[in-house]
Amino acid sequence: MWFLPLLIVALVIGASIPLGLYMARVLDRDGPRYRFERLFDTGGQPWKRYCVAMLSFNAATFLVGFAVLATQPWHPAFLNPDGKGMLSPSTIFNTACSFLSNTNLQHYSGEVHLSYGSQLFAIMYKQFVTPVIGLAALLAVIRGLRGDAHLGNFFLDLWRGTVYLVLPLSFAVAVLLIAGGTPMTMEGNATATTLEGGTQSIARGPTAAVVAIKQLGTNGGGYFGPNSAHPFENPTAWTNVVENWSILVIPAACLVMFGRMIRNMRHAAVIYAICLLLLGTFIGWGIYYDTMRPNPGLAGGPAVLAPDGKPYALATRSADGTAGFTELPTSASREVVALPIDQDTGNLEGKELRYGPSAGPTWAASTTCTSNGSVNCMHDSLNPLAGLTPLSGMWLNVVFGGVGVGLINMLIYLIVAVFLAGLMVGRTPEYLGKKVEAREMKLAALALLAHPLLILAPTGLFAAAGWLDPSTNNPGPHGFSEGLYEFTSSAANNGSGFEGLGDSYGFNDRPPLAPYGAHWDIACGLVMLLARFIPIVAPIAFAASLAAKRPTPFTAGTLRTDTVTFGIVLLGTILLLGALMFLPVAALGPVAEHLGPIPFGR
Amino acid sequence: MSATLNTPPRPSVDEDKLARRQSRWQGLFAPELLKTAARRAVVMLRPDVQWKNPVMFVVEVGTALAILFTAAKAIDPTVSAAPLGYLVALDVWLVLTLLFANFAEALAEARGKAQADALRKTRQDTPAFVYDGNDPAAALRADPATFGRSTSTLLREGDVVVVDAGQVIPADGEIVAGVASVDESAITGESAPVVREAGGDRSGVTGGTRVLSDRIVVKVTAAAGRSFLDRMIALVEGAARQRTPNEVALSIVLSTFTLIFLIVTVTLWPMARYAEGYMAGFVGAAEVESLGTDVPTLVALLVCLIPTTIGALLAAIGIAGMDRALRANIIAKSGKAVEVAGDVDTLLLDKTGTITLGNRQATRFIPLADVSAADVGHLAALASASDQTPEGKSIVELYRRTPGAGAWNTPPEARFVAFTAQTRMSGVDLPDGRVIRKGAADAVVKYVQSQGGTSPLLMDEQVNAVAGQGSTPLLVAEGDRIVGLVVLEDVLKPGIRERFERLRKMGIRTVMVTGDNPLTAKAIAEQAGVDDYIAEATPEAKLAYIRKEQQGGRLVAMMGDGTNDAPALAQADVGVSMNSGTQAAKEAGNMVDLDSDPTKLIEVVEVGKQLLMTRGALTTFSIANDVAKYFAIVPALFAGTLPWLKRLDVLNLASPTSAILSAVIFNAVVIPLLIPIALKGVTYRPVGADALLRRNLLVWGLGGVVVPFAGIKLIDLALSLIPAV
Repeated sequence: MWFLPLLIVALVIGASIPLGLYMARVLDRDGPRYRFERLFDTGGQPWKRYCVAMLSFNAATFLVGFAVLATQPWHPAFLNPDGKGMLSPSTIFNTACSFLSNTNLQHYSGEVHLSYGSQLFAIMYKQFVTPVIGLAALLAVIRGLRGDAHLGNFFLDLWRGTVYLVLPLSFAVAVLLIAGGTPMTMEGNATATTLEGGTQSIARGPTAAVVAIKQLGTNGGGYFGPNSAHPFENPTAWTNVVENWSILVIPAACLVMFGRMIRNMRHAAVIYAICLLLLGTFIGWGIYYDTMRPNPGLAGGPAVLAPDGKPYALATRSADGTAGFTELPTSASREVVALPIDQDTGNLEGKELRYGPSAGPTWAASTTCTSNGSVNCMHDSLNPLAGLTPLSGMWLNVVFGGVGVGLINMLIYLIVAVFLAGLMVGRTPEYLGKKVEAREMKLAALALLAHPLLILAPTGLFAAAGWLDPSTNNPGPHGFSEGLYEFTSSAANNGSGFEGLGDSYGFNDRPPLAPYGAHWDIACGLVMLLARFIPIVAPIAFAASLAAKRPTPFTAGTLRTDTVTFGIVLLGTILLLGALMFLPVAALGPVAEHLGPIPFGR
Repeated sequence: MSATLNTPPRPSVDEDKLARRQSRWQGLFAPELLKTAARRAVVMLRPDVQWKNPVMFVVEVGTALAILFTAAKAIDPTVSAAPLGYLVALDVWLVLTLLFANFAEALAEARGKAQADALRKTRQDTPAFVYDGNDPAAALRADPATFGRSTSTLLREGDVVVVDAGQVIPADGEIVAGVASVDESAITGESAPVVREAGGDRSGVTGGTRVLSDRIVVKVTAAAGRSFLDRMIALVEGAARQRTPNEVALSIVLSTFTLIFLIVTVTLWPMARYAEGYMAGFVGAAEVESLGTDVPTLVALLVCLIPTTIGALLAAIGIAGMDRALRANIIAKSGKAVEVAGDVDTLLLDKTGTITLGNRQATRFIPLADVSAADVGHLAALASASDQTPEGKSIVELYRRTPGAGAWNTPPEARFVAFTAQTRMSGVDLPDGRVIRKGAADAVVKYVQSQGGTSPLLMDEQVNAVAGQGSTPLLVAEGDRIVGLVVLEDVLKPGIRERFERLRKMGIRTVMVTGDNPLTAKAIAEQAGVDDYIAEATPEAKLAYIRKEQQGGRLVAMMGDGTNDAPALAQADVGVSMNSGTQAAKEAGNMVDLDSDPTKLIEVVEVGKQLLMTRGALTTFSIANDVAKYFAIVPALFAGTLPWLKRLDVLNLASPTSAILSAVIFNAVVIPLLIPIALKGVTYRPVGADALLRRNLLVWGLGGVVVPFAGIKLIDLALSLIPAV
């Protein structure tokens, strides 16, 4: 039970340190090294030019991705052997945004809706460049914090991140996956004759290549609809370990690189320790509530009763306007709904047995802490409180986080913590020797506000407009969680789905798969774009603003950011802010489901 | 000497002093101040005034909304599920929250005003006697009748006025002729008079102070209404109060929190509505009514969550910081100056008066010839009998205490030779022909050689040994013979070493500034425990040192009085000029110390740190409070839809309405309870940053989480005693 998560975390820690040091060495070189690099090196860029370069590159990437998806019916035959048709425009928009923003939210099913050409050039291409864009943004931020004269060159960072980090690592992981049984072919669907004598069409394709970068680049967009629960994406328990390791390793290495680049390993170690602690807590919480505690609804009791022992009564108004009290029906008593289910092995619904019972929650925590978003179990089927694990991971969005951007998000919490702690030691707050003043706080505020706004506002809008209820599989708290999860996942650039939510439109020439497919496509697309670029651009501006300041020397009166005390402040800030933003929705969703009756369903 | 001028009677300085003292010792909640503040708190409800405090403005808008909904409920009971009595109680407490917040700010302002009024009494119209001539010295002897009559309010910069004994100096200025003792107690509260004289660094006089003896001629440097005191009064009253950079940054943080919670509460309405929808379907009713969609209740949630505590007290903390500085008799020219003081890394301190007790004192007599120490003392005492310098007096005093001391009175025919900068010696020619000289080593050696004498063996070693210990050797010669030396030592102020130790723990480097030679300076620096010293300091050396420190990113504070200190005062990040100093020095610095006490710098730094710490502590407290409020309010909000969330109600509060009311009441009441801390400031302890952080985290962070749980429960218990709730 606990061996798997411990093994994965230990392997991540072991690999992240040398990898981080390597990253600091190859990515943090000033200026081009050889002729080829000189071709596109445009020189050191101040923050505005760095952002312009980055945003223009993103705009171009968006157009390319959109174009590839929008021309899918006309892809040459070897790229479209199964003749996939045209997706609905809203789904194309959503998918283009989703992969541009490193979210990989999928409102389609890869093997059903995408050609090999789309998989390779709209999906995999972006899966390679978008994590590196995040990494480039982080490099720019660190250079600013360090007080460099310029933030580096975006194109150089992009090139180096791709060829020195992402490509070789992906290659290695892909080879391991192929060894484990993942297919890698350009041939069309295989046809097999089943035992019953019928024929079955088995989807396959260049899967290993897509899966490797999907895991490493905190992308998460699976080749197949079921993602890493699919036997071709994740064939064995060992590939499961490799893939789960791949989710965490680069984000963790980013922290080591950060420590090396600012020459303050202890500060990075404090952040690393906090991330580990939170990751461990989320994994532990998930495993405990999913495998060691029965689902309270299925276990059949105790009955949901008021403290006085009577059923709860609600103040209601009937159709003719008369007010009164209505007791909850007897079906709300759990004894009635109890199913003859043995839960000793934990909750096995939506799990792949070949990985073991704790693999699901472990992966769920890893994938949501890091904004990866791939899944190896059905998050919708996690026990209600275990479902808090993926939600909280995305609400905080700083526990290692996405490649590059995770640490950038952490920086925002760091600044708030430094501000409060700095004042409490009686000095104008300083971070890495630079004074944090009004301009910096404005930029940090912008990034801090974006997250709750982009989660809560659209969830509220969909609830109010009546688009949420018809889209959910389950009314009640669980349905609410399904909608909340979708926007949480979009805003955290995570891309995992709670599922159970009708958010797909599908092919354009057929009726939408879900009544509000287009609504979800467009809303999530916009959320993903805003959630990607506001928290990247604002911190770069922030770092550049600090870079221009004169460093203050370290004294006994200075707030130390490399001590346990500061670690506690940072942890407290993260937990307090996270809790204060999302406690009400947590109560309305998973907590209400856990404590309440389970009579909801369609 | 001069004829006394006729002075019309005016309120005596004693009354001013009394008023000032009174305001100084007035308690935090003097009834007079409370009344003023309460009145002002109501006036500040005006939206255009409240707007200046974004957090409280949000509360005001929310309160207006809540009152509107309450009115609607009174007319049409189907508007809301909440009982009318509860809504009215909610409105009352929301308004009280606003009033408490405004009261905190108004009280701080009122205290500032009280200080200002006391000071303003010294600015009352004072008669002035204007001298039109060109020769200030002549004015010292001129007949009073020849002076033009004017009043202080009519004086302009550059006017020359004559002030006689017993009169009040009409304006800030500089003495151009004469010397007088001045009672500055109206400003400093210190009753001992001080001497002010033309020329040098003690020529500045302040309007409102009174000349006790002699006549002085003063050139007005600041016209009525533009003097330091006038500017300071404006500052203290809050008229010229600008928000400091840190206050602005903190306001942004608070506004961000406010926006976050605005998002949380606004989006909660459709979510609660959604829950009502599916629960209605579940129980088969058309509608379920809950507090979750009741607007006044959501306003209550918003007000509880946004950082009202610190939002309410922020302005008060800033004003109180200035006020505390003023209570330490320091006029800060801006709030920013006080704030910056908390960040100071390097303190430049004058040796004399700050580190050592005024002047050097004789501590030992060392014989160099075949005489006893007492003999050396006797000769030195004879030479110093008429020397009125502190050093001279200390030599006589030391000899008087020496066992076997004889008489040192000199016969009346003795001729004293005074110290001059050229000879650097003083002494006495006795009627019996003996010639005794004492003075700096090289001067005395030269003198003895000119008399045909030689230096004794081991003299150089002794002189160097004494100098090496930080003391000053004075050689004593009789005729052509050097008989011994007098050791003059700097006496460290008691406790100064501990004080520097404290500063070091605060992370502040101390630098001693002295005119002594490097050897002596080094020794004293070691004894006192300062981190660095500037020996043979010139104004240029000070300026260069400050620039060097600033190049390294350090913030420097210094104190100075002379005109030649002005550039350094201007360059320093915190420049405190002494009130006794010249006008130029006062203009250059950003604070003025009315007591002219060089150790004030340390207090200034502590006031600045306390200011920042109070802000940080109360912000942390305010945010930490939200945890408990959530646990009280969220189950209550959904009691009508998801009643089983009652399990989250760890406090087991009496009813949903009483839970929400309790949270709102706690939120309101905590504001006045924390006013004393906002005004007095959180206790600053000179321990390292880490220890300080741990302490504040425990008290304000953990305390902030725990206290509201207890507070809300207690209020709930009290409310449940009222049958209507």
